[in-house]
Amino acid sequence: MKNKKDVKKAFVASIPVLAGYLALGFGFGVLLSTKGFGGIWALFMSVTMFGGSSQYAAVEFLDDGISLMSAAVATLIINARHLFYGISLVDKYKGTGLKKAYLIHTLTDETYSLVCNDEAVKDVENKHLYYFLVSLFDHIYWIIGCTMGAVFGTNVSFNSEGIDFVLTALFLTIFVEQWLSNKDHIPAVIGVVSAVLCTAIFHENMLIPTMLVILVALTALRYVRREKYDD
Amino acid sequence: MTDSTLHSILLVLVMAVVTYLLRAFPFLVFSGKKPTPKFVLYLGKVLPYAIIGMLVIYCVKDISFDSVSHFLPYIIAGAVVVILHVWRRNTLLSIIAGTLSYMALVQFVF
Repeated sequence: MKNKKDVKKAFVASIPVLAGYLALGFGFGVLLSTKGFGGIWALFMSVTMFGGSSQYAAVEFLDDGISLMSAAVATLIINARHLFYGISLVDKYKGTGLKKAYLIHTLTDETYSLVCNDEAVKDVENKHLYYFLVSLFDHIYWIIGCTMGAVFGTNVSFNSEGIDFVLTALFLTIFVEQWLSNKDHIPAVIGVVSAVLCTAIFHENMLIPTMLVILVALTALRYVRREKYDD
Repeated sequence: MTDSTLHSILLVLVMAVVTYLLRAFPFLVFSGKKPTPKFVLYLGKVLPYAIIGMLVIYCVKDISFDSVSHFLPYIIAGAVVVILHVWRRNTLLSIIAGTLSYMALVQFVF
């Protein structure tokens, strides 16, 4: 039963994501429930969207009732990084057949980091099965975490005042992590400054103008520093 | 079904479809032989930093600086997140500690 070994390897590799997704998903579910959306919504969102930052942002969007166009553009920008995950997996996922549709759906930051870990995949017999299982396990953890959080938040009464901050904390943590692991801080500063300026002008409708300003500023930055970025 | 429920369902579906298209795009466009355009590679490198910066501001856009009891919990809990993360580099720890300290501040202190 060589496949049985692969199942075990896929599960062991996914354990760190298990812990992270249960906790982050739970936080999402609780936050979602404070806006009046229960377990069925958490289930629906975690199955169809499967994305940390975008689902957290979606809580705010649902609560604000923003337009579908704003939501589409915001998702485009928030999840734009996924474009670049695919580029490095085009070869790896070649020949996965029907599984590919699901492998694409489940390509989150965490799943990406697992399937890219060639060291872990070295002794796997059926690599395509391994990629599929890692993706499936991650998705299941996320669905369980999100749904449990929303069911908990709906049924257990506790003073949830201030829990919205989990979203700020999530993005702030990623921001600090990126700042520490990269020497070039100009793109990060461009993001913050554009957002502050556009918030001052457009208030709650700041997302789309901010993203346009960011795109223009980053394009200009590349032009100014093309020697630095073109290698 | 109310209009707002329908709007919420559509909003989730729109976000799901856009996310899926983004994830699928490279598999549709790049055969693995054609080189990726340089501008796309550049955006892939720098866009995530700018976007996360924007999202941080998006989350705190409703802060009012008129009353100290309103913005001080943000400042303190934000500092907890930043300091803890620089110190321990543990994502979950930073998020949980920051959120709990913010909740404690708004519920018990201010």
